[in-house]
Amino acid sequence: MSEIGIVLSSHVSELAEGVYKLLSETAPKVSITYAGGTDDGDIGSSFDAITQAIEENEADHILSFYDLGSAKMTMEMAIEYSDKTVELFDVSFVEGAYTAASLLSGGADYDRVIEQLKPLIIK
Amino acid sequence: MLTVENTKAWLLRFAEKVEANKAHLSDLDSVIGDGDHGNNMARGIKAMQEALESKEASDPADVLKNASMALLSKIGGASGPLYGSAFLDMSKQAKEDASDVSAIFRAGLSGIQKRGKAEPGEKTMVDVWHPVIKALESGELTTDTITDAVEATKPLKATKGRASYLGERSIGELDPGAVSSSYLFEAWLEGED
Repeated sequence: MSEIGIVLSSHVSELAEGVYKLLSETAPKVSITYAGGTDDGDIGSSFDAITQAIEENEADHILSFYDLGSAKMTMEMAIEYSDKTVELFDVSFVEGAYTAASLLSGGADYDRVIEQLKPLIIK
Repeated sequence: MLTVENTKAWLLRFAEKVEANKAHLSDLDSVIGDGDHGNNMARGIKAMQEALESKEASDPADVLKNASMALLSKIGGASGPLYGSAFLDMSKQAKEDASDVSAIFRAGLSGIQKRGKAEPGEKTMVDVWHPVIKALESGELTTDTITDAVEATKPLKATKGRASYLGERSIGELDPGAVSSSYLFEAWLEGED
């Protein structure tokens, strides 16, 4: 299992789940958890769900990816409240998370992952 | 000076105003946003009311922190982390010194700006917080200050937040976050009478 995990945060539960599915296939050796939508299943972001995704991830060092602005802000709040080391990337959601997952699963070290994420920064 | 009692009373008055204006907030948001600000805020302040009534608070900082957690957990839109940050940083400042209300509000504003990266003039809630705190610091805060600050968001072009996608079309509309923030300050002023 990779020592670094991945947390996904999206406004829509199906979107979060879909990206999770995509990543899981390419990266079976990475702990990936996700949060999508509000607690009521509506479009939005849930602090509690994101916190849970961070806590339930098997890794203590986490790379996190989000789709849009408020998912980012909610993630930032969850990071403030968490004891884990969680890094947030302003990269394209699908490509960024997929790149990180593939590299981590292939045994790439942290620096190499960061290097590969740099060209994907879009926001 | 904030106390447990006046902080709770203030936030409950804020909650009443949001609840009473829920439809108005959503209407404003449907023009330049995604139309959910009223419902989101109503859900958040309902959780806040419950937290204020059920959770123990030994000082005003606790009251603000409980409010922060409720809003953060339940609003669901961008306003959740924004109001959540505001109340969390107000709580931290109130822990240091509950007597200086201006400093507490200023900490709230810096929390909002840290989270949302907005500056004055970008048609966001910052455009209410900023002038209101300035007036409070100089002892000149009135309801007119608050109303004027909200109205002043109308001619602005949104450059932050979801309304910024509309560009020029955001001109002429009120910012929903500025309006909901005005309720917070009006509720505060009512307690000062």
